[in-house]
Amino acid sequence: MLKTKKQNSKLSQKEVEHVAKLANLTLNSSDLEKFQKQLSEILNYAEILKEVDIKDVEPTSQVTSLENITHIDKAEVSLTQKETLSGSKNTYNGLFKIKRVLDK
Amino acid sequence: MDLKELTIQKTQTGLKNKSFSSVELVKSSLEQIKKENKDLNAFLTVCEKEALDQAEKIDTKIQRYYKDIKTLFLECPLLGMPVAIKDNFCTKDIKTTAGSKVLADYSPVYDATVVDKIKQAGAIIIGKTNLDAWAHGSSGENSDFGPTKNPFDRNFVPGGSSSGSAVAVASNMVLGAIGTDTGGSIRQPASFCNIVGLKPTYGRVSRYGVIAMASSLDTVGCFGKDVIDTALLLKIMAGHDDYDATTSILSVPDYPEEMKKEIKDLKIGLPKEYFTSGLDKEIKEKIEKVIKNFEKMGAKIIEISLPHTQYALAVYYIIQPSEVSSNLARYDGIRYGFDRSQFGDEAKRRIMLGTFTLSSGYYDAYYLKAMKVRTLIKKDFEEAFKKVDILLTPVSPSLPFKIGEKTQDPLKMYLSDIFTVTANLAGIPGLSLPAGLVDNLPVGFQLLGPQFSEEKLFQAAYQYKQNE
Repeated sequence: MLKTKKQNSKLSQKEVEHVAKLANLTLNSSDLEKFQKQLSEILNYAEILKEVDIKDVEPTSQVTSLENITHIDKAEVSLTQKETLSGSKNTYNGLFKIKRVLDK
Repeated sequence: MDLKELTIQKTQTGLKNKSFSSVELVKSSLEQIKKENKDLNAFLTVCEKEALDQAEKIDTKIQRYYKDIKTLFLECPLLGMPVAIKDNFCTKDIKTTAGSKVLADYSPVYDATVVDKIKQAGAIIIGKTNLDAWAHGSSGENSDFGPTKNPFDRNFVPGGSSSGSAVAVASNMVLGAIGTDTGGSIRQPASFCNIVGLKPTYGRVSRYGVIAMASSLDTVGCFGKDVIDTALLLKIMAGHDDYDATTSILSVPDYPEEMKKEIKDLKIGLPKEYFTSGLDKEIKEKIEKVIKNFEKMGAKIIEISLPHTQYALAVYYIIQPSEVSSNLARYDGIRYGFDRSQFGDEAKRRIMLGTFTLSSGYYDAYYLKAMKVRTLIKKDFEEAFKKVDILLTPVSPSLPFKIGEKTQDPLKMYLSDIFTVTANLAGIPGLSLPAGLVDNLPVGFQLLGPQFSEEKLFQAAYQYKQNE
């Protein structure tokens, strides 16, 4: 059903590496090879959409038909600081501890 | 006692008549889990002590208010019933892993709305069930904590992603279970395990506290041993929630009562695109039998067309990973859970696919295009429901497959969802019902209706089961 040559052309290993970096995922070289093949196959399958005429068709991003749903702007009792931090492995002085973001 | 003989309805009667106690029910549930779970791997967490404590309290309550037992069960229809929750629902102080190592040690500080509602209705949460990690999968094999097995034949998959919830009900560990359905994750395992599974209309049940997969497609639904139990569970779960802005304000019908009303001149549509050469011959035969039975009941069968069906899977596998990549971006290991190196292969695939299709230069060609074709798929259904009341289709193109058969070929695995993703794209409800066995493996059929037509689906299913 799918031609191998066409599959491989969909995404290069470099592109897979780039996408992984954007998504903050670390891949090893065998991962790269595997995912390049698999992701290309899936994107290749999606080519079928090229046949559909979508002229003047509006996109559907949600199906509820609801619009501008708001709630009363009033503060409610929320989680305590202790509860909020309860899942973290790294806290300091009642705060989340994270790696340095900016250089000195 | 054995849960095998019971449904939620029968259990209510049993508790009312003091034929057994809630503690006995819970003990029976726990015994079955001890006996079977090591092999079936349906539960990731079993709340043994909490469940027994809860059951004792409920027995005392039943004793104390026995005079008003009817009122008690009207207020709490699930009083004393052991139920299971898919492990992607937040449960306060109970580990919630979403089947992923990223959340291997995560205990939420709040309950999902649905969990809260089920508890309010008196249910006893026996435990949290296994699933494909992050609900990504059609077989249960993508769980980071090992695959769940099909109780009908343990060499076969039970379907996914709500694998554990389906198996927990099918193997008599619990009386009902809660799951999620983003592209078939309730209907397909229900069909592979010979039970009833409902994916409600998008917006019928709150998603608050559910670990999000693809937010425009995610729905919360349930598994039951029969139609009436499933209808009761929906009645309890459904309704508007201030914490989920996509929930509808439409009132919730009394499904178990309404479903008993007879529907006259039922028009059932058969979408011809669902009965093509891709459908397993033995499944087709089973479905044809179901159609014949409906005809005997007086239903009118009409062949119709949903012309954009062949594009649905491609649309789904663009929109869904796009939303997945966005939802899984929050897992950074800082506030809870472990870091992103713990994601399994399937999550990585979907994150990368979505990151790619949303990225600059590809957005129009993939994501926007898919959203436009989604409009056409939705319109196909709207047109169809002008001609017929409901649609009847297969749930899966193939029988349950062997464990390991499709794990190396993601695209082949994705094709298992071909008849189920359409309902999620259109936001309509789908009810999966048993159609019989082929070589001791279950086959299911699916009833689809317009948005918020759950009542009608239950009515048709109930009448069918009465006449079967």
